[in-house]
Amino acid sequence: MNQNDTLIRVNGSGSGADAKRAVLTDERKLAELLGWASLGLGLPEVASPGRFDRLIGVRPDPKPRAITVVACGLRELAAAAGILTLARARPVGWLWARVAGDALDLALLTQALRNRPERPARLAGAIGAVVAISAADVYAAIQNSRHKQENSPATEEQPMDVKAAITVRRSPEEVYAFLHDFQNLPRFMYHIESVKPGAGGRWHWKAKAPLGSLEWDAEVTEDRLNELIAWRSVENSKITNSGRVQFSPAPRDQGTEIRLELHYDAPGGPLGDALAKLVAQGRTPQAKDDLRRLKQAMETGEVVRSDASPEGATASRLLKQRPAQPLDTEDAQSSARHMERSYV
Amino acid sequence: MRANVWSGRNTVQVENVPDPKILNSRDAIVKITSTAICGSDLHLYDGYIPTMKKGDILGHEFMGEVTDIGRDVGNLKVGDRVVVPFPIACGNCNACRAELYSCCENSNPNAGIAEKLMGHPTAGIFGYSHMTGGYAGGQAEAARVPFADVGPIKIENGFTDEQVLFLSDIFPTGYMGAEMCDIQRGDVIAVWGAGPVGQFAIASAKMLGAERVIAIDHVDYRLRMAVEKAGADETINFEEQPDVVEQLKLLTAGRGPDACIDAVGMEAEHGHGPIHAYDRVKQAARLETERPHAIREAVMACRSGGIISVIGVYGGLIDKFPIGAVMNRSLTIKSGQCHVQRYMRPLLERISNGEIDPSFVVTHRMELGKAPEGYETFKHKRDECVKVVLKP
Repeated sequence: MNQNDTLIRVNGSGSGADAKRAVLTDERKLAELLGWASLGLGLPEVASPGRFDRLIGVRPDPKPRAITVVACGLRELAAAAGILTLARARPVGWLWARVAGDALDLALLTQALRNRPERPARLAGAIGAVVAISAADVYAAIQNSRHKQENSPATEEQPMDVKAAITVRRSPEEVYAFLHDFQNLPRFMYHIESVKPGAGGRWHWKAKAPLGSLEWDAEVTEDRLNELIAWRSVENSKITNSGRVQFSPAPRDQGTEIRLELHYDAPGGPLGDALAKLVAQGRTPQAKDDLRRLKQAMETGEVVRSDASPEGATASRLLKQRPAQPLDTEDAQSSARHMERSYV
Repeated sequence: MRANVWSGRNTVQVENVPDPKILNSRDAIVKITSTAICGSDLHLYDGYIPTMKKGDILGHEFMGEVTDIGRDVGNLKVGDRVVVPFPIACGNCNACRAELYSCCENSNPNAGIAEKLMGHPTAGIFGYSHMTGGYAGGQAEAARVPFADVGPIKIENGFTDEQVLFLSDIFPTGYMGAEMCDIQRGDVIAVWGAGPVGQFAIASAKMLGAERVIAIDHVDYRLRMAVEKAGADETINFEEQPDVVEQLKLLTAGRGPDACIDAVGMEAEHGHGPIHAYDRVKQAARLETERPHAIREAVMACRSGGIISVIGVYGGLIDKFPIGAVMNRSLTIKSGQCHVQRYMRPLLERISNGEIDPSFVVTHRMELGKAPEGYETFKHKRDECVKVVLKP
């Protein structure tokens, strides 16, 4: 997998603010530069078209001035808005629009050259500049288009931040102790197959994925007794992720407020769909279901099962539920392993 | 075993299905001796409750004999005779600790759907759509009862099934409807709907000291039962007297009832042509989920400062709700699926004391195999039907 094709997370201390800082890849950088170029050209074209025309060697008559404002200035500002704000993550369309705009500019400038300009040298210089910019635009548009094709739409996600919270009628001490042993996580996080202690205080995570499973190592980045646990995947993990869970006493005797934050990166490249699906499972509904099952396990002793969803419900398969009828013996046995997932 | 399953709008059929098994350690299996069709089952039958699936076993009013228990059920043993409450409640969460059992935070595995529709999830309910958990219901020869250490109540005296069966739902539901009215000496209570729940709301309002209870319905034999069996003092048949609000003003010398109980819910029938047609069309087109005529009327009729107690079932959204009347006349709306676990013991005591014999609502007894006929009879109020009890 080419790291340049993806957003690389800068994740210093594992905190949310740092996690959101991302380094842009080369072709995105070029796109952004072109966006600023649009702004730099568009503003003077709109604000002072007469002076602009004189600068590029065109006679400052009313007609070229109007063309400068409408056909060039506003167009450049639109491109700047598109590339820098509206479609910042995927500016491909706007880049191709810039290419079309370059063609228009060249046509207008060539036309101006034929009309016996005041200063042909300046005009020729302007044409040269536009040709150079056009080359950059075509290059950027092609590069960004290629990047778009390499990623299926599902994997084009931005890094995902998931937040969920729940109140559990247990003390912060009990909740902290239960979650501090990461081996307990698969009891209520159904897309996690196992978490096992590894070398150097790291944890080896194994997650279910559509094509087999995904594994990575994570290290605890912060650990405050009965208050907070934070972790993140180590470098070179196939799936870049981090998370933190905070505990605080709920008002009155209502137990513990648990706040969960997860950050995922969905990398492009060969793992494509499989990763995207897995990561999609980390989205908010899934996290909420995870917390509900944690609550069920801690409050009632077990994950609660109904006939329609004997393995405990998951948001992703609400539409695929069985009818509310008892399981036949075979199904009951195959889902019996969940019985072992009791808390008490 | 045999069970009555939902197989589409207006269709139920009795089929052979696998026997229930223990899935959680606090489960019990109950061999069912009596089970009833509830008015709210008709909302499922009519297709107005979303998230039903073909093959879902219906039924949430049932009782029977414990035949198997999970390892963590300490209070029951095989052979015990129990009545099972319709909401499934864990007894451990903050809602259960506050006795809000029908809002249990743990018993609905499909909490995600319920949260989308209602803002927050609600408890699991037997045989009552997937939004309430997807639990197999009790119109069957046996059922799995989760949290059997919290819900079922043991019946040790020699009561008949029909005397105690309704502790599972309609008696506590009617009772809670009356309790929410905060009845004071001299209060006049109006009850919309003289179906089974309405009958118990009327009887409970009298038990709790209401001065007068007025029953409102359009089915004569049910109004007759309300007076003769449940103890209503007056009746309004809205087919004959369509302006119910005006009738109530006449009966209360202009004050209006002190509290109004809506024991009708989402599929109100009404004589008022245009308004009924409006709701009917919108409901059929799924533009609103309810035909909320009873509650609109209750709000308009209630005295200023009074209480609207809603025990009729609603599923989603209503139109043309007179919120202006609620606000400007200081009305209070109280509501809830019944927290049955809260009421089973005290109401069993009232039955033991001879204050009430709930079996008065039963009009039809059928073999489980005749469930489809039972639904049709109940739905179309044929043969003076009020309550159907099925015997597996």
